[in-house]
Amino acid sequence: MPARIEPLAITACSATSALGRGLAAHLEALRDGRGGLRANDFSSTPLDCLIGRVAGVEDTPLPAPLAHWDCRNNRLAWLGLQQDGLRDAIARVVTRHGASRVALIMGTSTASIGSTEDAYRRLDHGRFPEDLRRPEIHTPHSLTAFLADATGIGGPALTISTACSSSAKVFASAERLLRMGLADAALVGGVDTLCDSVLFGFHSLELVSRQVCRPFDTHRDGISIGEAAAFALLERADSAPEAPRLIGHGESSDAHHMSTPHPEGRGALAALDDALARAGIDAGQVDYINLHGTATLKNDEVEAKLLPRFPARTRASSTKSFTGHTLGAAGALEAAIALLAIEHGVVPPNLGCSVPMPETANWLALQPEMQRIDIALSNSFGFGGNNACLVFARAGVGA
Amino acid sequence: MSAALQVGVAGIGAWLQGAPDWPSLRGVLRGEHGLAEDAPARPAANVLPAAERRRAPDGVRLAAEVAAQACAMAGSDPATLPCVFASTHGEVAITDYVCATLAQAPLELSPTKFHNSVLNAPAGYWTIAAGCGAASNAVTAYHHSFAAGLLEAATLACAEATPVLFASCDVASAGPLAEMTRTTLAFGTALVLAPEPADGARLALGLRAGNTAPATTATLALHGVAGDNPANAHALALLAILANAQPLRLALPLSTGLSLDMEITP
Repeated sequence: MPARIEPLAITACSATSALGRGLAAHLEALRDGRGGLRANDFSSTPLDCLIGRVAGVEDTPLPAPLAHWDCRNNRLAWLGLQQDGLRDAIARVVTRHGASRVALIMGTSTASIGSTEDAYRRLDHGRFPEDLRRPEIHTPHSLTAFLADATGIGGPALTISTACSSSAKVFASAERLLRMGLADAALVGGVDTLCDSVLFGFHSLELVSRQVCRPFDTHRDGISIGEAAAFALLERADSAPEAPRLIGHGESSDAHHMSTPHPEGRGALAALDDALARAGIDAGQVDYINLHGTATLKNDEVEAKLLPRFPARTRASSTKSFTGHTLGAAGALEAAIALLAIEHGVVPPNLGCSVPMPETANWLALQPEMQRIDIALSNSFGFGGNNACLVFARAGVGA
Repeated sequence: MSAALQVGVAGIGAWLQGAPDWPSLRGVLRGEHGLAEDAPARPAANVLPAAERRRAPDGVRLAAEVAAQACAMAGSDPATLPCVFASTHGEVAITDYVCATLAQAPLELSPTKFHNSVLNAPAGYWTIAAGCGAASNAVTAYHHSFAAGLLEAATLACAEATPVLFASCDVASAGPLAEMTRTTLAFGTALVLAPEPADGARLALGLRAGNTAPATTATLALHGVAGDNPANAHALALLAILANAQPLRLALPLSTGLSLDMEITP
């Protein structure tokens, strides 16, 4: 088992999704049990499903000096950066530590591939149309390179792309950089936008529901896809005694199958055990789990097998039916939701589920519940059997 | 610079057409011989089970090949090694297929091609083939992908006191996307990084202000690999030093204003 880590302070946090712009919009929707999905009005060809679309992304052009980065994914990233005082917080750490001492680690599964798709729809004699002949937006690093330019962060810059665990793993990589003294602060997060690749890709795998997704429902029949931009700013704990903490992280591989999880949840369990060990806590101390809960048959069946590790007082929910599955942004978005749960004492409801799988009934919160939450977990599992688990805590609580 | 990370290089893997492993690439880098002619165009990737090998796209075969070579040289059990797979562009031929299909008949997209299109396909296939339950990662940093991936892997090795498998691979570009990604030859390399340097080469890594690309150290025979993919050129710059067994310092650009500074003791 890994050794305990020094907790890190989360000195800023932000979320933008189908629930709205910024944390306040998310808190209100979660507390009211009001989801953000709508009929699919995005794909280039009709596809009968619901999506978690962020309103107004198209109307948010990038400022002129950043215009060469323009694409829908970077517009959503830019929109996300404007929320929750994030830009001021970034400016503060850049000034305090120096630009090269701040790391930037972002998760995304498809980055700006929407623009590559667009170029293929508008090929000009076999070449990309002139407005899209910009190599820097046809790379999976487009998002992170854009954010480095937009924020002035000058430390190590890395994109993690492990499908749906991408922006959970950014917290682990950032923690190691700070632990080894290679950075003094890190902006982490995830941004993924709707695109044909994921809508028709998950459709081809027969994993897209035609209704609002129903995590952990006996009759669940697939995911709803969404988009989001979510960020967190990590610093050493002594710089912010009151700020919430990242106290643990765990990562593992299923070693089983490219697109279905290990049937006994071997990898998921290993990530959970690692995360608890790094946090120096046991499962009994966990107040809330934000489950991965995609509403596919397999994911929820396997993830439900983790729940008996926790006492019945531990509350659990998936928030995918609020926002849709935001894929490479899900880890960071749901980290922000776990932090909201701690700060405001709210257990978000597992919206969309009317007949819960019997084996989840002890833990699943079907309605919003108001109670003190000191320690919250967030699970993220991706294609290729790639698992990550994060542990967050109120300052002064835990190990 | 004060070196923040010290790692040993316990194993090295490499593949390009005409130099299908580290001993043959080392010979090319030392100027002892050129690339083999009439060499196979795809790596053998025998580590993948036959069924997987048939299904696996080129980038997966390449990554599995070099990863297996590095583990064999290190004598490491791949089942226990955390791994970091870096790539500048990922599986470009699959991206080309996905985008072309979406433009014409989105409802006909192949599910297998879709799940092979993720940047972590090499990590997924590798961990399945190797029975590896440890953490696996897929990272990219455009032209800085090699240095940024090496930093991620070395940081993991030192922070967790465990050997780590690091692989950096790019396959040839395809279709209209090729004008943007400009990589003409497949090239992959892998290193097993050990937190406690033993007999082999040692790397002392740290960060340094500035962003200067290294002078091209690739021999003429390797110009095609290095010329159009900076991450490949950076990998070759490190491999050339390891091949020639001369202690040297090397700085590789890591981000806009920062370099990964390495003292290499072969």
